[in-house]
Amino acid sequence: MNIQETYSALGLSDSEYDRILELLGRAPNFLELSLFSVMWSEHCGYKNSRPLLRRFPNDGPRVLQGPGENAGVVEVGDGWALAFKVESHNHPSAVEPYEGAATGVGGIIRDILAMGARPVALLDSLRFGPLDEERNRYLFREVVRGIGGYGNAVGVPTVGGEVEFSPAYSGNPLVNAMCVGLIRTEDLMRSRATGEGNLVVLLGSKTGRDGIHGATFASDELSEESESRRSNVQVGDPFAEKMLIECCLKLLERDLLVSLQDLGAAGITSSASEMAASGGVGIDIEVDLVPRREGGMEPFEAMISESQERMLAVIPPEDEEEVLALAERYGIGGTVVGRVADHGDLRVIVDGEVVGSVPVEYLADAPVYERDLIRPGYLDEVQKLDLDALPEPDDLNEVLLKMLAHPNLRSRRSIYGQYDHEVGTNTVVRPGADAAVMRIKGTNRGFAMTTDGRGRHCYLDSRGGGAATVAEAYRNLSCVGAEPIALTNCLNFGSPEKPDGYYQLAECIEGISEACEAFGVPVVSGNVSLYNETARGPIYPTPVVGMVGMLEDVTRHATAAFKREGDWVLVIGTHTGSLEGSEYLEIVHKKVAGRPQNVDLDEEKKLADLVRRLVSDGIVDTAHDVSGGGIAVACAEMAITGGTGVRLFDEVENRLMYEGRRADEVLFGEPGGSYIVAVPNERFDDLREALVGFSYDEIGHTGGDRVEIGDLVNLSLGDLRGAYERDLFGIPGEVVGGTEPVG
Amino acid sequence: MGGGFVRIGVTVFPGSNCDQDALHAVELMGAEPVALWHADTDLKGSDAVIVPGGFSYGDYLRPGAIARFAAVMGSLEEFARDGGPVIGICNGFQVLCEAHLLPGALLQNTHMRFACDRVKVRVETTQTPWTSGCEVGEELTLPIAHNEGNYFADAETLARLEDEDRVVLRYLDNPNGSANDIAGVCSENRNVVGVMPHPERVSDPVLGSDEGLRILRSVLAGARV
Repeated sequence: MNIQETYSALGLSDSEYDRILELLGRAPNFLELSLFSVMWSEHCGYKNSRPLLRRFPNDGPRVLQGPGENAGVVEVGDGWALAFKVESHNHPSAVEPYEGAATGVGGIIRDILAMGARPVALLDSLRFGPLDEERNRYLFREVVRGIGGYGNAVGVPTVGGEVEFSPAYSGNPLVNAMCVGLIRTEDLMRSRATGEGNLVVLLGSKTGRDGIHGATFASDELSEESESRRSNVQVGDPFAEKMLIECCLKLLERDLLVSLQDLGAAGITSSASEMAASGGVGIDIEVDLVPRREGGMEPFEAMISESQERMLAVIPPEDEEEVLALAERYGIGGTVVGRVADHGDLRVIVDGEVVGSVPVEYLADAPVYERDLIRPGYLDEVQKLDLDALPEPDDLNEVLLKMLAHPNLRSRRSIYGQYDHEVGTNTVVRPGADAAVMRIKGTNRGFAMTTDGRGRHCYLDSRGGGAATVAEAYRNLSCVGAEPIALTNCLNFGSPEKPDGYYQLAECIEGISEACEAFGVPVVSGNVSLYNETARGPIYPTPVVGMVGMLEDVTRHATAAFKREGDWVLVIGTHTGSLEGSEYLEIVHKKVAGRPQNVDLDEEKKLADLVRRLVSDGIVDTAHDVSGGGIAVACAEMAITGGTGVRLFDEVENRLMYEGRRADEVLFGEPGGSYIVAVPNERFDDLREALVGFSYDEIGHTGGDRVEIGDLVNLSLGDLRGAYERDLFGIPGEVVGGTEPVG
Repeated sequence: MGGGFVRIGVTVFPGSNCDQDALHAVELMGAEPVALWHADTDLKGSDAVIVPGGFSYGDYLRPGAIARFAAVMGSLEEFARDGGPVIGICNGFQVLCEAHLLPGALLQNTHMRFACDRVKVRVETTQTPWTSGCEVGEELTLPIAHNEGNYFADAETLARLEDEDRVVLRYLDNPNGSANDIAGVCSENRNVVGVMPHPERVSDPVLGSDEGLRILRSVLAGARV
């Protein structure tokens, strides 16, 4: 292999190699080239996304740690803070779904642990192709098993998440895992290596050949050959992770650590060089001391291996004995593998001899590619939608049942039933709600979290979709009564080297940023997953937002389920939704088209904050935002989960609200910025008083065992349940998974 | 009860993950929680012991199969033989079966999936230290979270368990394929109980229910102090 073939095989371009020659002033050896290749991959180096990511607002009064660390950290009161981040494991999950998903969970847990926080909650955003394809069913089933297999055993509850199915994800599933950790503000840990002569300790499992060049693999498109790259996928051991967590938390409690960093993509190389770069120091790694799982490993393999369940710690030399004894007590490995040095290099040493040496600032200085924004040609075509040409269905009962049975809207119980969502005994609002709510033991406080993504919307209108994604998360937290405080995101996109992919990425980031600014919710951490393409084309641009919020009194929360007979049911906000780009259009008319309404960000914030206050003031305990499937699906969900029926639009005056409009638009239009709440009669006056100055309508009452919407829908709870509660892992039968996107 | 708090030990194996929850529930019971590290043989004066849920030793080989050989188990077996109240919850139930302190075994759920849910169970006997505060026929809603909760025993053992009133909890709607809808059993001398549902997870009203304390608090009345 000549040198060009070598660096190409490692994923480096000609110009990148030239840049390495220029920086070093000499030719790198193979080990050094490997270090550059992993650190300059998109996964580690963000070379296509860095300039765009600068657009995100990062500041806020509660931010203790913004982007640039293992996770973002925000204060939630009483001396407590939340550390949280979402990360993708898309490529590994595409070729080895169980281990890919499992190690995605393991990896994000270690990011939170590296901040010194105890991981207390997991959420997962998933995307798959339609379930009528066997391969997609396999990926879906195994990813869910992998998440459960790891999360359940490691003892961190999986409390939320979301999933959607579309042909845009066939062969390229998305597996984004979010972890939230709790920490006392004074215990916050960082990854900055300092103190010449301090020891670098490798904690956890032994190092094998698994995951060699995983970061590089994740920075390329998926192809037929990807299947042969199963060896790039790491294997997870949740038991080892559990012991690693307990050991690290004990080390932190005893104040034995100078800094802590997880080993994820690019293994020791990225961890050590990032720790050194942020501390302005160098690190010597005696790579022959790294405990190996197998013989005959080359130094470069040990340096870039992505073997799981490992952490790198910097400790003062005098604490070596105590640190290693604790590792022993927890039954995990603990080995001194290096030292902090003053030379500013990452030096790899074998038998006392330096076999590779690169200044860490060069490794951290991946080239940056900025491209021109070119509006994709497909947009004009897909945004065209002539609603008048759309036939109105005759039987709206049948349509509602079909919508509820569709995998995109159906109950997620068959998924979250496979996840332990209660271990830790902090889960106040369990999965299946708009957001999960957890308490902080020893206080009255709680926090809430949600993950949301709107791929179809972002495909039809990237900027509008980006903003709508943030708005959706903001609404979901508000519905449970939490004040949104910060978000993390995972940007899942196609190749940025193609004009459409780059445009979508840039526009989604712009939309997200505008919404963050309007809502006052900063971005404190994130991850980028590009090159999500197969021979069938790119995925929908799918930024996933994970947002956290706080509740001063955790007992003051709301859920969507109707709780009593005879409650007043109100819609707050607009009740006129649009069918453009809606679930209804895709499920019933097989069309992915139109341009969904733009979110009025200021109005959106006012309404969401209102709903949150209604909940936190104790007026409302039943609230749900109107999202995919419109008012009909929202009310059906509230009725089914509460086991109480509802009658809407049963009086002449509120029938006027829909007369003259298309019935399907009334039922299934997606308004955005709209909520359904229910209150008992004795709180009705309080509610009306609180609603003065806001747009709302009284639309009906709870009761009985049917969902009746004017003269449009009349179905029993039993029939609705039969559609909604179908097992997502069953054979799909008559249920059709989705529609090919146009363009 | 004598003076002072009742001390309740909670075993901590590598991979236990409900140990902290159990210790917290002990506080909510109004007793004194004591963590019992797997490598120690000292039960630290516990008046009763909870073997908590989780994935002891990663559930590798078979749930509970490795934990039964942990150092703490020798003392626990002695404690149980002497009539000390012991309850195994979920993985703890599996450990106690592996240790032959309880009859039968927990197989994989018949639907082959991990099951996390809230289920209704009926209290079938109050003649154990862990259900003495309940009423026969009382229905409780308790959380389950397991992959191997499908109780199995041979026909003869099942018949004995039924005859001797040793089925402690029974599912109203069997979630895992358990023989005779069994959710919990007790030992021959009735002081050792194993249950698949997690009473410790419903011990705090802020989480929506404290029905689990109906079980856990039972032991306070009869504990040896």
